[in-house]
Amino acid sequence: MQATDISDPNYFHKVVDCQWACPAHTPVPEYIRRIAAGDYTGAYLINWKSNVFPGILGRTCDRPCEPACRRGRVEEEPVAICRLKRVAADYKNGVAAYMPKPPETKNGKRIACIGAGPASLTVARDLSPLGYDVVVFDGEAKAGGFMRSQIPKFRLPDSVIDEEVGFALSAGAVFHASRRIDSMKALLDEGYDAVFVGTGAPRGRDLDLPGRKEAAANIHIGIDWLSSVAFGHVEAIGRRVIVLGGGNTAMDCCRSSRRLGGEEVKVIVRSGFDEMKASPWEKEDAMHEGIPILNFMVPKTFEHENGRLTGMTFEKVRAEYDDKGRRRLVPTGEADEFVACDDVLVAVGQENAFPWIEADAGIAFDKWGMPVVDEKTFQSSRSNVFFGGDAAFGPKNIIWAVAHGHDAAVSIDAFCRGADVADRPPPLMNLISQKMGIHEWSYDNAIAVDERFKVPTLANDVALKDIRKEVELGFDLKLGYAEAQRCLNCDAQTVFEAKLCIECDACVDICPMDCITFTEDGDEADLRQRLSAPAENLEQAIYIGNGLKTGRIMAKDEDVCLHCGLCAERCPTGAWDMQKSLIEMTHAGHACRSRA
Amino acid sequence: MTYLAKPKFRHPDIEINELGFSHRDYEGSISTLCAGCGHDSISSAIMRACFELSLPPHRIAKLSGIGCSSKTPTYFLGQSHGFNSVHGRMPSVLTGANLANRELIYLGVSGDGDSASIGFGQFAHAIRRAVNMLYIVENNGVYGLTKGQFSATSDKGSKSKKGIDNPDSPIDLVSIAMQLGATFVARSFSGDKDQLVPLIKAGLEHQGAAFIDVISPCIAFNNHQGSTKSFDYVRAHNAELNTLDFITSQAPIGVDYPEGAAQDVRLHDGSTIRLRKLSADYDVHDRGAAMDHIYRLGRSGEIATGLIFIDDEPSDMHARLGTAKKPLNALADRDIVPGSAALAKINAGLR
Ligand SMILES: Cc1cc2nc3c(=O)[nH]c(=O)nc-3n(C[C@H](O)[C@H](O)[C@H](O)COP(=O)(O)OP(=O)(O)OC[C@H]3O[C@@H](n4cnc5c(N)ncnc54)[C@H](O)[C@@H]3O)c2cc1C
Ligand SMILES: Cc1ncc(C[n+]2csc(CCOP(=O)(O)OP(=O)(O)O)c2C)c(N)n1
Ligand code: SF4
Ligand code: SF4
Ligand code: SF4
Ligand SMILES: [Mg+2]
Repeated sequence: MQATDISDPNYFHKVVDCQWACPAHTPVPEYIRRIAAGDYTGAYLINWKSNVFPGILGRTCDRPCEPACRRGRVEEEPVAICRLKRVAADYKNGVAAYMPKPPETKNGKRIACIGAGPASLTVARDLSPLGYDVVVFDGEAKAGGFMRSQIPKFRLPDSVIDEEVGFALSAGAVFHASRRIDSMKALLDEGYDAVFVGTGAPRGRDLDLPGRKEAAANIHIGIDWLSSVAFGHVEAIGRRVIVLGGGNTAMDCCRSSRRLGGEEVKVIVRSGFDEMKASPWEKEDAMHEGIPILNFMVPKTFEHENGRLTGMTFEKVRAEYDDKGRRRLVPTGEADEFVACDDVLVAVGQENAFPWIEADAGIAFDKWGMPVVDEKTFQSSRSNVFFGGDAAFGPKNIIWAVAHGHDAAVSIDAFCRGADVADRPPPLMNLISQKMGIHEWSYDNAIAVDERFKVPTLANDVALKDIRKEVELGFDLKLGYAEAQRCLNCDAQTVFEAKLCIECDACVDICPMDCITFTEDGDEADLRQRLSAPAENLEQAIYIGNGLKTGRIMAKDEDVCLHCGLCAERCPTGAWDMQKSLIEMTHAGHACRSRA
Repeated sequence: MTYLAKPKFRHPDIEINELGFSHRDYEGSISTLCAGCGHDSISSAIMRACFELSLPPHRIAKLSGIGCSSKTPTYFLGQSHGFNSVHGRMPSVLTGANLANRELIYLGVSGDGDSASIGFGQFAHAIRRAVNMLYIVENNGVYGLTKGQFSATSDKGSKSKKGIDNPDSPIDLVSIAMQLGATFVARSFSGDKDQLVPLIKAGLEHQGAAFIDVISPCIAFNNHQGSTKSFDYVRAHNAELNTLDFITSQAPIGVDYPEGAAQDVRLHDGSTIRLRKLSADYDVHDRGAAMDHIYRLGRSGEIATGLIFIDDEPSDMHARLGTAKKPLNALADRDIVPGSAALAKINAGLR
């Protein structure tokens, strides 16, 4: 095989599983080390630079990083990456001083962002310090988008949103509250140099079943109901509530119901418990609050009496798989089940809607009514209009909205400068040796088996009384430190220098995970079977070093390497070194122009 | 050396042997030898061999003398019996232990100083008495522990780290072991586990005096240009006689070799070593020819490695002396103290 090209920033980036999995590529181990060192402000700023909303995300992120975390491959549970972000946000000190100020000179370009959700706010944050005049419009009175209008306050207090929305706008972007854009053409006529559409996926799906109209008074669309709750327009719900749907909206609906008078709240889903869209921890939280989740029940009718909802009937089904592995729900033949209730919350999905973009605005839509958007540049078919967040490719989550925002800002910047939008700036990568002395490394490499720490929460009897009371208390400093120490420092890379190696086998012998093999060359599939331990995880690379005296190659399976540095400690010649790979995505701005 | 403890983590798909152990269950405490020392690789090969043979660690006794090499038993088989004797005296202690309890598997670990200098006599007698053991010398040509003086196995003309030639003739422990009647003799290299591990396995299974001379570069004092025990020198002058696969009785391997290129040697426990001959006319059963062959290779500056000699019908000390079949600690009082009638009978026999 070819020797691994470690100058390709993606090679080591992939080894940092969490950072690679994070849509915004937050340098996770770098901030976790800061937390362990007590530098919460530093940890916050590293996050803020990458993901814009550390305090919000530290409470609400979908955390694609955690299933990717290496710790989860060598132990039961990944590092609590997300809740460590919250530790940084909770204990930071004086970060406002580090926030960008409005630039003294402007570049004369005007950018409009429609919708004030995380995608638009990221575009505004990235572009305004560069001298762009950015205006952000939203139909609501306050900025924040769904983070403010949908996510219940017991998960995400307003104070956290206020602070971080404030930081995003601190470099002079102007927020126009309560300004719904009704016509794209009219807006374009105002002569903006570029327009960013970050209007989300605002429409909740309905369920058109018999009885829907008659019992309408007690049937609510989940996301509409949640925003009414968020803004204090709804303060109560019936004693018995059915929540239909298995995503995060359903989880927020049921937990909100428990806090607004719902005593018997049930979540009912069509398919299996395991196939629900909600994250495992969201389901756990709901069940912990006394909410059963009933599965394989397909809603059939809304039952009503004298114009009042009395309950719903469900058909019982089971899953069957055909030879292609496709799932079908087939009736079990049991009698339909009636579940009595006072209210139903329908949380069966969200849709995009762009009634305000005229057909002749020069923006192409596909047959599903979605805008035609380039996946890398976020440019629409009209060159000065960009889309991002849920508006671009349908409902996702906050961190994806942020990632889209960064990329769209790079494009808008390039577009306004007349540069090629398709030309993407590479990330910055820095490889720095971590060796401090004979047995000293600048990171804590003494790693131990240690279970994930639980985030303390309010007791149910307190939590369920007040819908605005934050239920999670967050790690305290001691727990935060302990959890931070579980991080394996996957960015402390094993860097191999073949010409220094004398093939003494010391590294092979010491490696606790049997990662390293010196062997005859071969193709990858063959090699993977011949290593000290077979390398079955094809997602993870094999690091190849060649140019050894015996003509063999060094093959290291990156999969379960602990980054303990024992190989480097044992190497008599320094052929292994532990080097920190700091990878920073390039955002809009001067740096990206010079870095390319 | 390393101050860090080796983490308890292990590969999630780590191989498990018949006893339910992984190779990591055969580890000892973390080595304090110099980073890159050949001895650590030999330790690793011993752990690997014991793991692959599914040997119960508590049935193994590891004995050693003094030296870096003799320190290594601390770094492997942490659950086994161990005895760290005085310099050069391991063979007597091992012989005594073996006399007292013939049921343990005896592994003697020594250095070239420990066995060819101060312990030369001890080495010779343990071999000629056919003690059932595997005797491994971790041969680096120097006294590593005392900072690199030439040992008795250092080749004439080999240079010290300061550039001074060794003026004396070397002792070749392999030739001595052959001459003294060892029934299993091999030489290997710490940097070649593919060869070393099967040799250790076969040596452990051998029911007689088995000896392996393992060239093991001293990274600190004898791995420089001009040394004949450096990684580079050994790799450049390695004359492999054969490579071998160790085949347990349960798991035959189906690889076919051309006529005459492979030779199966059956061991007492039903397992087989399959030798792949690299030197076509070499016969591992012919002691005299083997001695001649390695002598000639040695003269031409080559280092013969591989299985050098094996006697398929070894005898051991217990058989020769007609000792009790059971370990002494398993004998009942009436066996040890047979009574006055038995004593009278013995005395009568001596009159
Ligand atoms: C109930 C619920 C819970 C969720 N929980 C989480 C969670 O815990 N974690 C997570 O990561 N994600 C969660 N999400 C998803 C997340 O909120 C969204 O993916 C994310 O906010 C999308 O960001 P965005 O920038 O695309 O737009 P949004 O946040 O959707 O913001 C769009 C904004 O545009 C405004 N707007 C729309 N049209 C116009 C117009 N024509 N003119 C002016 N303004 C307009 C809207 O008022 C809105 O404020 C949840 C979603 C829901 C529904
Ligand atoms: C009776 C006695 N004499 C001398 C010594 C000093 N001494 C310690 S180790 C050693 C030589 C060890 O050489 P070797 O067996 O080759 O081991 P290595 O360190 O090279 O592995 C000597 C002479 C001693 N410990 N005891
Ligand atoms: S850092 Fe080195 S010794 Fe540690 S697990 Fe990774 S490869 Fe093995
Ligand atoms: S420890 Fe160093 S010199 Fe020895 S084999 Fe490993 S990389 Fe090569
Ligand atoms: S001095 Fe030589 S023999 Fe002793 S530990 Fe160091 S390298 Fe090994
Ligand atoms: Mg020595």
